[in-house]
Amino acid sequence: MTHHAPDQDSRTLSAHFARGFGLAYTGLMRALEPPFAAIQKRVGIKGMAYVFVAPNMIIFSVFVALPMILNIWYALTGSNRLMIGERPFVGLDNFSALLDCKDYLDVNSCKQDRFWRAVHNSVLFVALQVTAMVALSLVTALILNGKLRARGFFRAVFFFPVLLSPVVVALIWKWILQRDGLLNALLLSSGGERVAFLHDASWSFFWTVFVSVWAHMGFYALILLAGLQAIPADLYEAAEMDGTPKWRVFWRITVPLLLPTLLVVVILSLIRAVQAFDEIYVLTGGGPGTATQFIVQYIYETAFANQVHLLGLAAAASLLVAVVLMVLTLLQLRISYHGKTS
Amino acid sequence: MSLIRALTSTRDQRSMHITDWLTYGFLLLGVVLMFGPALWLAASSLKTKSALQEFPPSFLPMGQKEIKLADKPDGLPVYLVPNGAGQSVELALQRRIGLIGLFIDPAKPEADPVRAKMDEVKPVRELTVAWDNYAEPLRRFRFDRFLGNSLFVTIVSTVLTLLVNSMCAFALSKYSFRGRDAMFVFILSTLMVPISVILIPAFLVVTSLGLTNSLWGVILPPIATPTGVFLLRQYMLTIPDELIDAARMDGASEWRVYWRIIMPLAMPALAVLGIFSVMWRWNDFLWPLIVLSREESFTLQLGLATFQGELDTQWHYLLAMTMMTLAPVVIVFTLLQRHITTGIASTGLK
Repeated sequence: MTHHAPDQDSRTLSAHFARGFGLAYTGLMRALEPPFAAIQKRVGIKGMAYVFVAPNMIIFSVFVALPMILNIWYALTGSNRLMIGERPFVGLDNFSALLDCKDYLDVNSCKQDRFWRAVHNSVLFVALQVTAMVALSLVTALILNGKLRARGFFRAVFFFPVLLSPVVVALIWKWILQRDGLLNALLLSSGGERVAFLHDASWSFFWTVFVSVWAHMGFYALILLAGLQAIPADLYEAAEMDGTPKWRVFWRITVPLLLPTLLVVVILSLIRAVQAFDEIYVLTGGGPGTATQFIVQYIYETAFANQVHLLGLAAAASLLVAVVLMVLTLLQLRISYHGKTS
Repeated sequence: MSLIRALTSTRDQRSMHITDWLTYGFLLLGVVLMFGPALWLAASSLKTKSALQEFPPSFLPMGQKEIKLADKPDGLPVYLVPNGAGQSVELALQRRIGLIGLFIDPAKPEADPVRAKMDEVKPVRELTVAWDNYAEPLRRFRFDRFLGNSLFVTIVSTVLTLLVNSMCAFALSKYSFRGRDAMFVFILSTLMVPISVILIPAFLVVTSLGLTNSLWGVILPPIATPTGVFLLRQYMLTIPDELIDAARMDGASEWRVYWRIIMPLAMPALAVLGIFSVMWRWNDFLWPLIVLSREESFTLQLGLATFQGELDTQWHYLLAMTMMTLAPVVIVFTLLQRHITTGIASTGLK
């Protein structure tokens, strides 16, 4: 028998946790005080700025900035050696190999047909996924913004998959879509026929789009919901007093004022869709065949998973992706800037 | 037009309109589609291997009842056997000879076995929860190791991210020094450089430092997040400089200003970044996939992804492992739901 109510127990537990955390923080920071004081004595108050910036900038330079530059070197060199000194300079060979195509719409006429297949798949995926993502998250946000009972609950429902790891998302759906899975059971019991969802090229492609929309929609819905709630309520009140029809209010107030947020959502989801990899890799492995192989998987496999590591080719491909992402990012900045000036 | 009306007209409070029905229909569908799959996973993960192979599947973990008899190590399956008098009794199947089964009464195991045709008996089903699905992977597949690795990576990189990013943000927001704006623009310009674009050279750097197959190879590269620095800097700009000046007058060192004044005041922004960092690291997949190739250094996500290839026929373990990977996230989410959703809405981070 315990004398505490369970609620009280958990409260004291979290209080202990918070106190332990506070003690650890204070202890660590106090311990660091003497060395930093010694440094300050040498470099002065102004000089401390560089000391504070240093750890971040060192890690940043070594693991982000340096690789960005090295990537260009990889793209301009050949062979399967990882060490840059051992790689012979080949100029633009990797790029010309990637771009060697008689007809860009016909994958089989390309020298690097796997690359172009991945590009084609990615383009189709991005088009379908972003359209579905934006449309569904907009509808969800509009509905969640209405007068609702249990809004917090519904918001959590749509948001919940965002937190799941890509591997977990893929396994949840793999379990449902497999041959003897729930979906086939439902299909059979309603008189349909069994479908090999993950072994049929078109179905498999459909499910990659569906699953990635399922997993990320809540994130965009949340951003749009914040955008909707930022629209001043008195605009709606004024429109209501004037007796403006609802659809007119929607087109004249909601749409124009939500537009900047909506554009940010479009670009953000574009940027993410171009990089789609992990859920799909675990769900379909790029298959059947190469039906759901996208550009990041091509880069990963060309560089690391295939028997011969064609690092130069993969680096060239990743530079092309980087250019696309850069254009999209500039577009986003331009839109936000435009939104602010007009 | 009716769709738009449906989306906008839930504001008035009269009785249920057709549009309200549409709204709640959409929400209901949402609940089923968003929660359903995870719930199905949870229910399935409690089923025994044989129950998982049943088709069509049942929602609850039902399995055939088994009885253990004193002289036999294995449980015997229990069937409903007609006893000739129009009734059925529960008997345990001892042996099968072709289409005939030899059944014994668990209450009287010494009595002669009853013979019955197998197509006349019915298996007795009961709720069988297979907790072993959860316990076994921990013993057999070094799942505990993966769990430990994931915890280590998540905790260490979150602590380091918060420390390193906040130090940098403090300097960028509260000092004026040469190269400050250049540094800030430099960091910002890489905001959109995802790891997938610099995989190869980042791998070279990690290899050169001897960090492949080391958890530090996973922890270090993403620590200096541009998003984190940006978020914290914007927040710290709102902290009044007078507080810092006053502390300096009292003789506080710069480090003391940082940890006694700036950090506690930047708590809301730190909390948001901390939650995201935990999420990012716990769920990270592509980078660990490249850095870690030895099984003992796998994180949970890697272990799970590897096993899903190898254990394709062992879904009972796979499902339980997935549940164990999912559980911490769900717990954190239920505890911190409000922080997370407002954090995302206000920063656009993910």
